[in-house]
Amino acid sequence: MPDEPAPSPTGGPPDDPLFFCDPTTRRVFLTRAAGASAAVTLGHGLFSGPDAQAAVQAEAGGGEAGGEEEVTLLINGRQTKLRLDPRVTLLDAMREHLQLTGSKKGCDHGQCGACTVLVEGRRINSCLSLAVMHDGDKITTIEGLGTPAAMHPMQAAFVKHDGFQCGYCTPGQICSAVGMLAEIKAGIPSHVSADLLGEMSASEEEIRERMSGNLCRCAAYSNIIAAVREVSGDKTGGEA
Amino acid sequence: MKAFTYERANTPAAAVKALAARPDTKFIAGGTNLLDLMKLQIETPEHLVDINRLGLDKIEPTPEGGLRIGALVRNTDLAADSRIRRDYAVLSRALLSGASAQLRNKATTAGNLLQRTRCPYFYDTTKPCNKRDPGSGCAAIGGFTRNLAIMGTSEACIATHPSDMAVAMRVLDAVIETVAPDGTTRAIPIAEFHRLPGNTPHIETTLGPNEMITAVTLPPPLGGLHIYRKVRDRSSYAFAVVSVAAVMQKNGRNRFAFGGLAHKPWRVEEAEKKETAAAVAEAVLAGAHTTPQNAFKTLLITRVLTSIFAQAAA
Repeated sequence: MPDEPAPSPTGGPPDDPLFFCDPTTRRVFLTRAAGASAAVTLGHGLFSGPDAQAAVQAEAGGGEAGGEEEVTLLINGRQTKLRLDPRVTLLDAMREHLQLTGSKKGCDHGQCGACTVLVEGRRINSCLSLAVMHDGDKITTIEGLGTPAAMHPMQAAFVKHDGFQCGYCTPGQICSAVGMLAEIKAGIPSHVSADLLGEMSASEEEIRERMSGNLCRCAAYSNIIAAVREVSGDKTGGEA
Repeated sequence: MKAFTYERANTPAAAVKALAARPDTKFIAGGTNLLDLMKLQIETPEHLVDINRLGLDKIEPTPEGGLRIGALVRNTDLAADSRIRRDYAVLSRALLSGASAQLRNKATTAGNLLQRTRCPYFYDTTKPCNKRDPGSGCAAIGGFTRNLAIMGTSEACIATHPSDMAVAMRVLDAVIETVAPDGTTRAIPIAEFHRLPGNTPHIETTLGPNEMITAVTLPPPLGGLHIYRKVRDRSSYAFAVVSVAAVMQKNGRNRFAFGGLAHKPWRVEEAEKKETAAAVAEAVLAGAHTTPQNAFKTLLITRVLTSIFAQAAA
């Protein structure tokens, strides 16, 4: 292992928060690369975004059933009206139609938690919910929690405690952790709560159980727990 | 996902009318099981009726001294309700042992009762499955059976019901309330709600084709010590290998219901009169049909019951 951190491909130092949080450079690069590749291999125009989504769905599921539905989403304080095929999940509506790509598609079956967002303050798997079912709902994604310049305390704690390696599960982990601390504050018990009627704590054991819907293939779990413990302010249940 | 049309219903009456209006229509509530299966094209409805805004999301006392749980009460809210935690702790514990917090925040009471099996052959569309494709055969029989049923099985199906919540509701003798398109209502005891597979494993409940669950009622509290013991391959976010819901009473009138054993929550009331764990297990498991891969479940049930009796005696 070198003593010095590797130079950043964006030109900025690795400890620059924008290196972790600003997706512009990488995303623009990937979009251009994908567009160029599609243009070459298919020989006609760019093939990305909503058109690609529709094409993929048509290929996977067949023809039209009944056209599109109108839905109004209130995401991160902004109201957006969309016309969507009812098959479009909340996750795909955000990623493919609103370019809110912070929420990630991992398993697409509610098993990994990478797509976790807050709907009316509660954490859910956005891959297992249809966008049309959320007409009028208030939704908060990782982009709405904080910005690189003004991070949410949970985002800052993940950076401080190195609560990630590749970062793919991180937006879901952070949204889930924010929702989880609200659940503890509301007195909602968990499987490991010894007393269903007692006060709820954010002990390490509680966090491990309550965050079990968020997988991290880099296994940064101990650092994730340290970050969440710090934000919770909880001192019970031993060292984080 | 196959293409479908979508509408939102605003009253229970409108919802059941919409369900009856066209074939291949399904209700969607939490969607945590249905959308998973639709993405795999195991479920292929042509029309979805969104019932999330019917207002069936309250938990209210009944005149008899029990509780009436609206069909759309989310699993998180049911587990966290102070009356459930205090008087029906076995139900709270069962709910909290299931799925993940994100899924419990969406999953509903009625949807949990109606969720489909997690038999791997039901999910594998390259294999025959009488539940997914009636008459095609059962790839599970003679296959990998470690997690599959040992009680009430048939030549057509050895799938288990995956719910934890339903096991606790079975031990509490919950009653399922329904409404039909003509407005008639029914109250179905949970013992009669889920079916054994027989020759028609694709018909999983006694719910009519256009009937909708509106609520689940719980009888007055039983008192006693409430225990839900779930054994699984990892300590969180996994389905039960076996589970036991128990209400232990000082007078010996104990109750036990079992998950992971059958196509429905399994309960043998006669066995509850027995005074030792081994005797209860023997009576509950009479007629078990095991394979070399899942025969361990009988010993596991005996041991879980032993630990429950020990906890109650402590």
